[in-house]
Amino acid sequence: MSLDQPNTALDPRCPSGPLAERWTKHLSEIKLVAPANKRKHTIIVVGTGLAGGSAAATLAELGYNVINLCIQDSPRRAHSVAAQGGINAAKNYQNDGDSVWRLFYDTIKGGDFRSRESNVHRLAEVSTEIIDQCVAQGVPFAREYGGTLANRSFGGVQVSRTFYARGQTGQQLLLGCYSGLMRQVDAGRVTLLPRREMLELVLVDGKARGIVARNLITGELERYAGDAVLLATGGYATAYYLSTMAVNSNASAVWRCYKKGAFFGNPSLTQIHPTAVPQLGDYQSKLTLMSESLRNDGRVWVPMQPGDKRRPNDIPEAERDYYLERIYPSFGNLVPRDIASRQALYRVREGKGVGPTGVAVYLDFKEAIGRLGRQVVTDRYGNLFQMYEEIIGDDPYETPMMIYPAPHYTMGGLWVDYNLMSTIPGLHVLGEANFSDHGANRLGASALMQGLADGYFVAPNTVGHYIASVDLPKVGTDHPAFAAAEREVNARVTKLLSIQGNRTVREFWWDIGRVMWDQVGMSRSEAGLKEAIDTIQGLKARFWEDVRVPGSADDFNKSLELAGRVADFFELGELMARDALARRESCGGHFREECQTPEGEALRDDANFAHVAAWEYRGDDTEPARHIEPLDFEFVELKTRSYK
Amino acid sequence: MHFTLRIWRQSGPQAAGRLERYEIDDINPDMSILEMLDLLNEQLTRDGVEPVAFDNDCREGICGTCGLVIDGVAHGKKHLATTCELRMRGFVDGTTITIEPWRAQAFSVVKDLVVDRSPFDRIIAAGGYVSANVGSAPDANEILIPKVDADLAMDAAVCIGCAACVAACPNASASLFTAAKIAQFSYLPQGQTERERRVVRMVEQMDAEGFGDCSNHGECEAVCPKGISITNIGVMRREYVRALTGQLR
Ligand SMILES: Cc1cc2nc3c(=O)[nH]c(=O)nc-3n(C[C@H](O)[C@H](O)[C@H](O)COP(=O)(O)OP(=O)(O)OC[C@H]3O[C@@H](n4cnc5c(N)ncnc54)[C@H](O)[C@@H]3O)c2cc1C
Ligand code: FES
Repeated sequence: MSLDQPNTALDPRCPSGPLAERWTKHLSEIKLVAPANKRKHTIIVVGTGLAGGSAAATLAELGYNVINLCIQDSPRRAHSVAAQGGINAAKNYQNDGDSVWRLFYDTIKGGDFRSRESNVHRLAEVSTEIIDQCVAQGVPFAREYGGTLANRSFGGVQVSRTFYARGQTGQQLLLGCYSGLMRQVDAGRVTLLPRREMLELVLVDGKARGIVARNLITGELERYAGDAVLLATGGYATAYYLSTMAVNSNASAVWRCYKKGAFFGNPSLTQIHPTAVPQLGDYQSKLTLMSESLRNDGRVWVPMQPGDKRRPNDIPEAERDYYLERIYPSFGNLVPRDIASRQALYRVREGKGVGPTGVAVYLDFKEAIGRLGRQVVTDRYGNLFQMYEEIIGDDPYETPMMIYPAPHYTMGGLWVDYNLMSTIPGLHVLGEANFSDHGANRLGASALMQGLADGYFVAPNTVGHYIASVDLPKVGTDHPAFAAAEREVNARVTKLLSIQGNRTVREFWWDIGRVMWDQVGMSRSEAGLKEAIDTIQGLKARFWEDVRVPGSADDFNKSLELAGRVADFFELGELMARDALARRESCGGHFREECQTPEGEALRDDANFAHVAAWEYRGDDTEPARHIEPLDFEFVELKTRSYK
Repeated sequence: MHFTLRIWRQSGPQAAGRLERYEIDDINPDMSILEMLDLLNEQLTRDGVEPVAFDNDCREGICGTCGLVIDGVAHGKKHLATTCELRMRGFVDGTTITIEPWRAQAFSVVKDLVVDRSPFDRIIAAGGYVSANVGSAPDANEILIPKVDADLAMDAAVCIGCAACVAACPNASASLFTAAKIAQFSYLPQGQTERERRVVRMVEQMDAEGFGDCSNHGECEAVCPKGISITNIGVMRREYVRALTGQLR
């Protein structure tokens, strides 16, 4: 199908032939933009995280004219900065049998066979180049005494392929990416626009040709025109209110694009991370993640007796249930995230939860300190232990940590083809904002990899292919489509400010979060999901009648920013519930109570659900349409995941 | 817990500012100070008063977005912590807490407690990078880096760019921030090729932005939430002198 038509047939546009040759073949076949012509093309990149920052810098290196926006006051603060654990790459530096195929297979299997083989294989292939690029930029990865790079094993895999920089891998990768971006800013090839929020996509002749953004300092609406728009706006787990995401993480950019015709892939597929610091009170604004690397050495347990209120150190070994080691003897504490999270939920439901709220489990380092010595434990996890102590006020060297699952990552996102293009011609989606590579569950240390793969290696090539393939007559910001998009934004902003009701935005955010967590969270049922849809619709109606947004539109106004984002969470939350309801199987992070084995393990339904669900917006008062992209597995055999 | 808050309110860069008093009750000791400000803003919104503007994002001490001067100290009195990491159990119940924005000639106030830190981005743009285009990198293990050097580089690289160092410095100098980046690259083989140009341009940009000079007060290191050492400033000075005298060549 031609690249300038909406891809409503969901053609994945994957190359054919042997899996390992597809990306190389694609690269040699796609069209190129002549060097002298590149600077005549403007590309708008929304987001400066690992995906957006790397794409903006690389496109500028190639010679394109780039406009790059972010919400924060500096690109260096995008939420990628918070990633702790590490980044995977199939380097096999440890000689432990790793390979591109194995990383590919682990990612497909970890994703519970709900992702595209071609995409995932490409991800595994370029993973090695990512590490090369980051080292060349001066990212100070951990090293061995001989000067080579160090690796560790991370969540659910049996090789050591994770590269890391203490507990701040995301920060160091992002600062590397940011430095490359600032070099292009200095060279005049990137126009950097911090403190901007994209609020509308502009389509001209059905193609993405620009955006309208709000200047968050002055409140002014600004128009930007270009030949392609790249969204790299991150995940939307803030729809759950409490999550490990940043306070400003949101879905507004992807949601505006969905409403302009981009299909939304697998919206309900969310990863609930097993090791966050548990919630302490209702006032809380976010949950802090404790890196999953802790499970390499920590042992998860609860008391065997429900309601056991003794202090953890007073509970004898014989009365503790190291339930992950018991149920999954071969993977033990390193089972994938969805399994670890769900098992914690079950223990809490059995009344065995610990801590003041009874909604937590222990993660114990006593054995590790005995085996490795305190110093080694400090070297590996010192900053995490310190972080924990700051929050909870307990010393994890002495008393086991308390942990509990938290919404952490959204596998769902805008549907994209192999070229990372959405169903809207010219609109490309990168990083966590797209649905592409992680299927129903993401393996640890693979989101950083995907963000940088998309931004450094994939999009710079495929966006060029799009530009070279379609006719792009010049469009300026005086085109009527810009004025129309601006009017839509203005109408929304004015409406939000005019209601002046009785409830604050945060109260509404809290309400929707509660529904999402209880009914569209770790364990989902038909009745619960139907109820959630009703409740959310009611909340949304109430929001638009009773919200109170203080301040004005032409000013720095955080309440107004938040109001716009929360308004979108109602609509997105409803779609997430619909998607979860329609997917009548359990897979990865999606667990339907109706679909489980007698032992309580997830029951996948490959006959009916080996596909991507992509939702089409059809108006505020019409139900969205569910389309499917079948997933053909040509190279791997679909297996039931077993970590026993 | 109950607190009296004195908070800096300023409607815009040109407007005059003043400290306003607010009373707040029912504060849980486990709350962070930003969660307390959230509660205050809920209260103000209900009372029809415009909420206090303050910057924040990750709320876990890594993005560098938050930053308040609390009782006269950047990021408060707690050592090695950002503002968002401060818990109310570290304050005395019933006391008054004064909250102000970062103050420095180079940073203008955007609104209330929010300031413009874009000069930091321009300092990095002036040379805080290694020019390595995508596609041209050798295999990562071809560049061997002794663990001690990698660790030294990492010690400097952990800077979160919050600008507490500037807020704490009597001269409002950005030396610690700039030096940390220069030092990081000076320890790494990748940083050698552009060593001279980097230090000269970054130092010049720092001066052009209107930051003051460093006169070794050490306040920056004392408030740095990541414990970045003032010895980095020594490294920067050495690099700068050597670059000017051609000794790096
Ligand atoms: C606490 C935590 C720890 C993690 N640890 C790991 C780990 O160890 N390994 C791993 O692989 N993954 C990890 N992840 C996941 C990983 O960090 C993220 O998936 C990834 O960094 C997302 O990158 P991104 O570039 O897609 O988005 P982000 O980094 O979130 O960037 C989004 C960008 O979009 C901008 N933006 C958003 N909306 C708009 C708008 N409307 N207008 C303008 N700009 C907008 C933001 O300002 C920002 O610049 C972790 C995640 C969290 C939350
Ligand atoms: S909000 Fe990120 S460091 Fe405080």
